Amino acid sequence: MITKRIIPCLDVKNGWVVKGVNFAGLADVSSPVALAEYYSEVGADELVFYDITASSDGRKIFTDILRETAENVFIPLTVGGGIQTLGDFERVLSCGADKVSVNSGAIADPSIIKNAAKRYGSQCVVLSADVARVGGRFTLFAKGGRVNTGIDAVEWIKKGVADGAGEVVLNSIDTDGVKKGFDLEMLRAVCEVADVPVIASGGAGSVSHFIDLFKTLPGVDAGLAASIFHFGEVKIPDLKNALAEAGIPVRRV
Amino acid sequence: MIAIVDYGVGNLFSLRASFAKIGVETTVSGDPDLLRAADGLILPGVGAFGDASEKLRASGLDRLLCEEAGRGKPLLGICLGMQLLFEESLEFGRHRGLGLLHGKVVPMRGKIPEGLKIPQIGWNSLHFVKPSPLFAGVREGDFVYFVHSFYASGCEESLLAVTDYGREITAAVGLKNVFGCQFHPEKSGEVGLSVLRAFAQLIGNPGRASAPSDYPL
Repeated sequence: MITKRIIPCLDVKNGWVVKGVNFAGLADVSSPVALAEYYSEVGADELVFYDITASSDGRKIFTDILRETAENVFIPLTVGGGIQTLGDFERVLSCGADKVSVNSGAIADPSIIKNAAKRYGSQCVVLSADVARVGGRFTLFAKGGRVNTGIDAVEWIKKGVADGAGEVVLNSIDTDGVKKGFDLEMLRAVCEVADVPVIASGGAGSVSHFIDLFKTLPGVDAGLAASIFHFGEVKIPDLKNALAEAGIPVRRV
Repeated sequence: MIAIVDYGVGNLFSLRASFAKIGVETTVSGDPDLLRAADGLILPGVGAFGDASEKLRASGLDRLLCEEAGRGKPLLGICLGMQLLFEESLEFGRHRGLGLLHGKVVPMRGKIPEGLKIPQIGWNSLHFVKPSPLFAGVREGDFVYFVHSFYASGCEESLLAVTDYGREITAAVGLKNVFGCQFHPEKSGEVGLSVLRAFAQLIGNPGRASAPSDYPL
């Protein structure tokens, strides 16, 4: 039986893993390569590397780290952050990424989804969306959650999937960093329109939040989190054991 | 030396890196002379069957692969590379494969229960149908990583392992020296590495245990 995936996300800046709480107040955690190897060994099903560097020097450091990780870690690796062109896809795929996540880049140029899916296959294209409630509507935000685009997020995701996105990461700005659980209401709305895997992000604070997520929304395929894993507040083997006891299929190593 | 067949399809970074990790030397090449000289061949592949089989045919590598496999050289197809080993595929039309194994590649759509997503993306468990040297380091029920919308059908003769995605789905095949995995061994952690190591052992290259982490936490 196909298993629910647990995905640690590593935000990488200037060669180090950081984690923003509500996207602000960055603090170094560890070496990305070391952390990736650790997660792979303890049973993470996949990893997301998010490049939050702005400078070209930083880009180079990031791709060097990505290559070193992909030479040592043999689970699927998704890369996001600063993906704006097919050239960016090429840059990270050639350094060992398996999937590429587009967010603001797709808002600036929606054709990137179609073009990337055509060139690299849908399995390679992940649509990542930062979404918050504005006046009762799920609204798409750009630039790491700083810019309200005014776009209806559910419609946006529906279109992205139709254009060829092979997976969707839904990051709720409303629950991100709050650690009170995933945004089940928002995720339900997205699951109704997306017939590709949906990855829940934002709000996980404990093991029980993952159980709630998969029990309440069978359409969600994976749960993604960062700081609770980095700081050891939730340990992946414990999480997998608890999920299995709750009757949720997981892969245990 | 194992040669990874380069015919312009798919990302070969991880495949090369995973063999390097287990201490097995590989070369990535589309050069017929080099492929003929290799002790074993890996046929990778991601994307559409029609495109891939057309590329193999245009480069003449289809004949080369059939000749080398016919001479007994170990060949491992991965994902789309496994599907190409069969006689034909019904992916967007009807396309001819290499015909090294009996069977055809058919869509999951309509064949699996409603509510299961297509493609199958994620970790699913292997269930053995027949013993194989390819599974030297794999246990019944071990998890491997799949990404696919089509699967091999009518391949009882070569069927080695299945996975359960609403129905039994071909996960690995093998007949004499020709092997295939629908899953991605290069993305399936230690289990996947053990499949690659077992393939290397078929050509007399034992490899080594994967290096322990250089980064203790």
